[in-house]
Amino acid sequence: MSLENITFTREEKARYNRHIIIPGFGEEAQKKLKASKVLVIGSGGLGSPALLYLTAAGVGTIGLIDFDVVDDSNLQRQVLFDVNAIGQPKVEAAKRRLEALNPHVQFKLYNTHLNSANALEIFKDYDVVADGTDNFPTRYLVNDACVLLDKPNVYASIFQFEGQVSVFNYVDAKGQRGPNYRDLYPTPPPPGLVPSCAEGGVLGVLPGIIGSLQALEVIKVITGVGDVLSGRFYTFDALNFESRTFQIRRRDDNPVNGKNPTIHAPIDYEQFCGMRAVEEKPVREITAKELYEWQVTGKKFQLIDVREPSEYEIVEIGGELIPLNTIASNADRIATDREVVIHCKMGGRSTKAIRELEEKFGFTNLYNLKGGILSYIDEIRPELVKY
Amino acid sequence: MATVIIPTPLRKFTNQQAKVQIPAKTVGEIIQSLATNFPDLKKHLLDEKGKIRSFVNVFAGEEDIRDLQEENTLVNDATLVSIVPAIAGGISL
Repeated sequence: MSLENITFTREEKARYNRHIIIPGFGEEAQKKLKASKVLVIGSGGLGSPALLYLTAAGVGTIGLIDFDVVDDSNLQRQVLFDVNAIGQPKVEAAKRRLEALNPHVQFKLYNTHLNSANALEIFKDYDVVADGTDNFPTRYLVNDACVLLDKPNVYASIFQFEGQVSVFNYVDAKGQRGPNYRDLYPTPPPPGLVPSCAEGGVLGVLPGIIGSLQALEVIKVITGVGDVLSGRFYTFDALNFESRTFQIRRRDDNPVNGKNPTIHAPIDYEQFCGMRAVEEKPVREITAKELYEWQVTGKKFQLIDVREPSEYEIVEIGGELIPLNTIASNADRIATDREVVIHCKMGGRSTKAIRELEEKFGFTNLYNLKGGILSYIDEIRPELVKY
Repeated sequence: MATVIIPTPLRKFTNQQAKVQIPAKTVGEIIQSLATNFPDLKKHLLDEKGKIRSFVNVFAGEEDIRDLQEENTLVNDATLVSIVPAIAGGISL
């Protein structure tokens, strides 16, 4: 990275003064920040603080990837956004906020799903990738794309009260390459074994802490200041206020950059994470519109809601509440003499409920509400509260 | 005897206990003891063949047991054994 052409205006020197006067940081490190290009994946709970601090710090170019729009339920932790941004694409709302924070930064927006077809093309222009995504397929995609393109991947992840941070695929000053996500976790959990944040929740301040640590490591990777969290894996338990740092190492059997690599291009990560397991037969589905027709035509059927009571309190559409984890013990409450529609928030938990009921009790009259209560609200009852 | 740190996502299977004291000489004995004492925890730690799942990392002190003697890694009264599953945050599937 050539710093010869990097200069600062008087305004920039004043703005970054508190960086420039730190011994061991100085104008040199500030120039490295200005010369750098950082890609932040996800502008949610982790991306919010990471983007705010990286923008404030004066990173030259920041790329933002997110396909989502701002929702009221994001504001509990996604401090980039405010009520005026609700309904807007996250990347656009984020850019407005960040440009107002630092007009010296260039932003590139990708209002799209990151996938195996576009990842390499998007990543190739950046020096550092900061992974703040919210699902396993994208974690493995980001990891593999970074390894294939030789980019450092600053990883942060959260769940409930627990946070994790590491820097993957980092090459240190001696030329030694550190481990990556596949060295740490060779394979993901099967869907359903680990609850997601949407089911398990997350304390709002936790992504603030962990996303800030992520921004810290991005700045260290760019500037070379300090010891980067490479080959080490940091965990934070907010409940006990305990943090631990573990040693992690590269493994010979890593399929992307071990002794005998078998992955030379991005793969199908949803299949890798077991989300399209071919052996599972699909459950019968009903759309929101079809359910509405059943309701208005007075058809006899039973509607079951398998979400948690706290979700039911926010919004419900007349279903009987039987949370997923109690469904088997309440099987006697489920009708066998007419059709039964089962729904949750988005359709994942209701699918699990149907599979469990079919396997254990032999039900043949169960229908999954496609897209869950969120689809029903979108298509039939837009006046109801979404979360 | 060793102290085992249970991660927050798995505490609902250990009656919300964050730390569990287990009399054992090896990491393997600890995992078996956890699976016996907390039956709901078992499927989260062990696969169908009884091996520690690949998305669950076990550390003895700071070291990954895969870099030591795996399940045969010895523990003593001072050993802190940490169970750290993969987490990804986010959306409902």
